[in-house]
Amino acid sequence: MRALGWAVGAVALGLAVLFAGLEAAGFDAEVGLGALWMGAFGSWDAFSSSTLVRAVPLILIGLGISVAFRGGAINIGAEGQFYAGAIAATWVGLHLAGRSGPIAIGALLLAAAVAGLCWVAVPVWLKLRFGVIEVISTLLLNFVAVSLVSFMVQGPLQEQGRIYPQSDTIAEAAQLPLLPGSRLHAGLVLAVAGALVLWFLFAKTLWGFRLRAVGMGPRAAEVSGRIDSQRVSAVALLVSGAIAGLAGGVEVSGVSYALFQNLSPGYGFTGIAVALLGGLHPIGVVVAGVLFGALEAGAGAMQRDAGIPAVAVYVVEAVVIIVALLATVPRGGWTGLRAVVRKRIAPGKAAG
Amino acid sequence: MDTEMLVAGFLAAAVRVATPLLLAATGETVSERSGVINLGLEGIMLTGALAATLGATAWGPWSGVACAIAAGMLLAAVFALLVVGARADQIITGTAITLAAVGLTGTVYRQAYGSGGAGLTIPTLESVAIPGLSQIPVLGPALFDQPVPTYLALLGMPIVWWVLFRTRLGLALRATGEGAAMARAVGVRTNLIRSGATVVGGGFAGLAGATLVLAQVGSFAEGMTAGRGYVAIAIVVLGRWHPGGIALGALLFGVATALQFLLQTLGLDAPYQLFLMLPYLLTLFALAGAVGRVRAPADLGR
Repeated sequence: MRALGWAVGAVALGLAVLFAGLEAAGFDAEVGLGALWMGAFGSWDAFSSSTLVRAVPLILIGLGISVAFRGGAINIGAEGQFYAGAIAATWVGLHLAGRSGPIAIGALLLAAAVAGLCWVAVPVWLKLRFGVIEVISTLLLNFVAVSLVSFMVQGPLQEQGRIYPQSDTIAEAAQLPLLPGSRLHAGLVLAVAGALVLWFLFAKTLWGFRLRAVGMGPRAAEVSGRIDSQRVSAVALLVSGAIAGLAGGVEVSGVSYALFQNLSPGYGFTGIAVALLGGLHPIGVVVAGVLFGALEAGAGAMQRDAGIPAVAVYVVEAVVIIVALLATVPRGGWTGLRAVVRKRIAPGKAAG
Repeated sequence: MDTEMLVAGFLAAAVRVATPLLLAATGETVSERSGVINLGLEGIMLTGALAATLGATAWGPWSGVACAIAAGMLLAAVFALLVVGARADQIITGTAITLAAVGLTGTVYRQAYGSGGAGLTIPTLESVAIPGLSQIPVLGPALFDQPVPTYLALLGMPIVWWVLFRTRLGLALRATGEGAAMARAVGVRTNLIRSGATVVGGGFAGLAGATLVLAQVGSFAEGMTAGRGYVAIAIVVLGRWHPGGIALGALLFGVATALQFLLQTLGLDAPYQLFLMLPYLLTLFALAGAVGRVRAPADLGR
């Protein structure tokens, strides 16, 4: 209940800051927030076709990031892993005409997850082999991924007509089924199922325990539990990349049906807010994902109907992240994450 | 085509690209030496760029520079308040600051200029040739016929080195970064030092953003920093937390970026996106080569 309390407080404060900021910038904040609410929850259509559709990638990425954070690894490259997944999914999806639905969708999603995993494998390798902190390497690879997508949609994956910077539509068999009468796709089921699986893994398995042990304090985990904390963190990063890649595949298979530039409006960064607001707990992440989906959907409506730039909601996200951080940080600091950061960034005298 | 002109143009482009990176990385060195890693640098640069645009439009280019530095210091002060004052996690807080800056600049920019700000022209900083030095063949135009921020970057580097390694303040700052508890025990006001260093870093990043707008692009665009703040942080690691090394790191990135102009001039027909990736990949490679042999300030990130 306490956790819920501060989460609600964080969002409320974020919205209050948005309101004040919009007023200060000379916008009609009341109209803006009204449009935001209507765009997110105003009707079943808005809720299912906008809010929930945007919630799906956010939940998946948020889940991925919480795996990494729990294991004391800092993945700020979900955006790049998402794009890697989307590229692979598109490529596979274009070659699946005539296959049956389950096989086609399975192949597409598998390709996406593997691509995300490969994308994060580079930072993992750099970290284990050369000691490059993943904070910087995952970040830098985001920019590489964005350029790669741009290259793909104007090169190997460009549509047949060679006019628009986008790919052809993927095979119908590889498209996720839709809820009748809306744009909501089966990816939501996948996201919720993924959350339940992770919840089980976190709470009931040795892997989940090790993850938490390393996240709380790598040295203690090594000394008292004989846990190879480097390895646990590395696996956490790989899993988180795979899930972010999967999110890219789901987006292609359920929403866009093709590869575009700017497929993601910063889902990889919003996912950090989702993971933190959800308290790194899978069920919390689902709730937070829906909430941020609503925010993103509402932002679109706010821009359309009230002329307020959609990017303004990033301010809300930032406030939520910071409040969530401050609220969950016990006095003296969030030992887990901080201990790992300290160890990775400053390897101490050993490396001197 | 004249080879000398080509090389001179290439070097000039490399220095131009390196300038904002060097400025931001120099500032980040100060804050990292005190133990604070600031991933909000990207957002602070972006905010500096917008502040420079607004300031320059209203009162001329130098006011733009002043506005950018002030805005950078202000945003860095917020960051310092959170990570030094409230001891929030530095990495995540920095990411949040950048996110906030993206939202803030986007909103303010559209409010100020409407959605079609493309035709916007603002007074910019012209190149100033240093008499004599700029006449040196090849190197002259690259280093000594540049806008003033380039000279500021070149001057800032030795000044920061001197302060860090030759003054009592610098000693206290480095002691704070290496072991805050110990530094506190001998009477150093570590929180004050860290906050101050972070704010100074923010000022440099703001200036870097101003350079981007006033000395290079000539207008503001949403998200125009395109990861330069993050690259600057990578450059600090590359340069081993030393002003001289950082200058080399920034130049490396500048050369990698300028390479695309050169190769395009030479008529090499490769997809431009591959060249866009090149600097980031090169930075990654360089990091892999550098990191194992360097030691960060021991208390960085704490």
